[in-house]
Amino acid sequence: MTVNLTLLIVMGVMFAAGIYLLLERSLTRVLLGVILISNGANLLLLQVAGRAGLAPLVQNGVESEEYFDPLPQALLLTAIVIAFALVSFMLALIYRSWVLARRDEVADDLEDQRVARQEAYDAEEDAPVIEETSEFIEDDPNEDYELVTRPDTERRHGTAPSSRTKASQDRRRSGSAEGGRTDEGGR
Amino acid sequence: MEPTLVQFAPLAVLLPFFGAGFAFAFYRNQKIQKVITLVTLGMTVVLEVVLLAHVWEGGAQAVHLAGWPAPFGISLVVDRFAALMLVVSSLITLAVLLYAVGQGAAEEKQDAGPVSIFFPTYLILVAGVSNAFLAGDLFNMYVGFEIFLTASYVLLTLGGGEQRIRAGVTYVVVSIISSMLFLIAIALIYAATGTVNLADLAIKLGELPDDTQLMLHVMLLVAFAIKAAVFPLAFWLPDSYPTAPAPVTAVFAGLLTKVGIYAMIRTETLLFPGDQINTVLMVIALLTMIVGILGALAQSDIKRVLSFTLISHIGYLVFGMALLSVVGMASTIYYVAHHITIQTSLFLVTGLIERRGGTANVDRLGSLAKISPVLALLFFIPAMNLAGIPPFSGFIGKLGMMQGGIAQDTWITWTLVIGSVVTSLLTLLAMARIWTKAFWRKAEDAEEPDRLLQPRTLDLARAANGRLMPLNMVAPTALLVGLSLAFTVFAGPLMEFSRAAAQDMFERTPYLEAVLGEERVDGVREEVEDLAADIPDLDTHDGGEEEYAPVRTSIEPEEGDR
Repeated sequence: MTVNLTLLIVMGVMFAAGIYLLLERSLTRVLLGVILISNGANLLLLQVAGRAGLAPLVQNGVESEEYFDPLPQALLLTAIVIAFALVSFMLALIYRSWVLARRDEVADDLEDQRVARQEAYDAEEDAPVIEETSEFIEDDPNEDYELVTRPDTERRHGTAPSSRTKASQDRRRSGSAEGGRTDEGGR
Repeated sequence: MEPTLVQFAPLAVLLPFFGAGFAFAFYRNQKIQKVITLVTLGMTVVLEVVLLAHVWEGGAQAVHLAGWPAPFGISLVVDRFAALMLVVSSLITLAVLLYAVGQGAAEEKQDAGPVSIFFPTYLILVAGVSNAFLAGDLFNMYVGFEIFLTASYVLLTLGGGEQRIRAGVTYVVVSIISSMLFLIAIALIYAATGTVNLADLAIKLGELPDDTQLMLHVMLLVAFAIKAAVFPLAFWLPDSYPTAPAPVTAVFAGLLTKVGIYAMIRTETLLFPGDQINTVLMVIALLTMIVGILGALAQSDIKRVLSFTLISHIGYLVFGMALLSVVGMASTIYYVAHHITIQTSLFLVTGLIERRGGTANVDRLGSLAKISPVLALLFFIPAMNLAGIPPFSGFIGKLGMMQGGIAQDTWITWTLVIGSVVTSLLTLLAMARIWTKAFWRKAEDAEEPDRLLQPRTLDLARAANGRLMPLNMVAPTALLVGLSLAFTVFAGPLMEFSRAAAQDMFERTPYLEAVLGEERVDGVREEVEDLAADIPDLDTHDGGEEEYAPVRTSIEPEEGDR
């Protein structure tokens, strides 16, 4: 099988440029990257057929090697159609994202940010719970624990550490964003 | 040609397509859409059950579309594995559809979104998944992937809210990249062998030089691994799945990653048999399990916890697949079927929790077990099943994989066995956390619980259950949980079936004969059988555990039973 070197180099350049663009944060550039890569793949499919030959219609006295292999072109056509559909869908997405948020960027995931901000210490799970060893105790050993798990309203006036209150407020905020999301949960 | 039942296999793809067309035509009338979708899916389920029954004994059979013989035309292959996947996938899509219809009925008053596209798109998704399972050639598989991916883009961004668009962009870009990799791999494979037919490739790929084979192998696996959410290619999943509506997330989590796993298993057994990269796969499996489950422990949103456990359990499947033994592969097949069901039902239950408690954030949930014992039961059974607590099917699948790993007896398989036990325990921890927070503690202890969770009396709460969780949403969920229990009850026959499927896949000749015909296979029979001879427990007629598995377990059949 022989391959056209020019096409091969063009394909390589398209892949390289496409991957570079994909790594950008701007959605329009990502889209351009997708277009370049998909067309690079199409070029590759085109070359897979090998050297150009006779049209693949059976003629008497012609060796099978002299015909052109038509299958890659069939694959190529399908791939082009699919890529076209995907690119138009991406365009619609990008437009929608621009209309809604006025920005043309890949946004960070909110939950990821929340998990990253989260403290390693979780009062409810990590607070030491002292086991009762005697039936007759005067002081409740789990007083601290009760304090941190008490409902927010009381805690605000209580002596809970301020960082803890802040963390719970943060969480509440992200929780309400969560609620907004579920409201739109349609079918 | 003798007409057989298998000739109807293309209908598994065509029926949903026609259904989608009709449903589109009636976009103004939701009632007709629902009826069309339900009837179509019902017919597909019946057809696929018939197909499964047909190949249960007989093994692989192929359909040559338009009568073109195998390497030239497009062939669809129904073997045991594909038939099982088809039946399980259409059963859960049917259950999720019923749930979605129920949810639609419950939200009729407040929701006026562009839902007229939901039903047709859903059917197209089913068609694409069926096509990917049935495909007998790589390019047809690619087309199947593209069909269901395009449908999934639409379903994921349904309604076009800001959250979903943001999640959708990541999902779409990552999926497109994996599709492009797949396409490039197909082009390279065609350049190297001159065919895209899987059976033909199985013969021709073996003749290529080793390094070429390795490159093609890895490219295909990377493309599929992105879809299957294997670490480190899984980070798109927890960011995108949880934003979709509950039924959509359920069907995505259950099905789409499993199609990737299905393609990986085909690559490993049919196209590139042998153990060139199995050690690498096992390391990746271990990382997938551990990183996935650690991710799950850091989350507080139930949907995200479940997304991470999904990733972690993909690790089990990769582990079972990388074991070069019938025991390992059989339990992988069993585990795929089990996991599709279990993951889908958990996401459906989460949808119910979200409706009942007003949020899916465990920090804000509480006292659900008291308010709705049914919901608690529906969550508890699949959760314990996911963690692999004994009588459930998750345990049986995991046990099979560990058996295979111990039997292989190398350092890496032992590491994997230990890793899978640890992952299983951590899954239990993640599930127990959701359970204690959302179900067992009092709602007053939660941070800002929804008013729905703090009724004045228990009677009021119970009364609200009927309104918030209508029977036509609970029933499909219960159906799926019941199906997952059936995997335990019928574990014997199912395991036997998976074993036969695994044996077929390792032997390869049943598949090749079905597609290419016996004469073509006779020429290469020896080579194929030589390769298959590497599998230690193949064709021992006792399921393998007699000579192969040194560990005795109580679930093995007694001597007298056979």
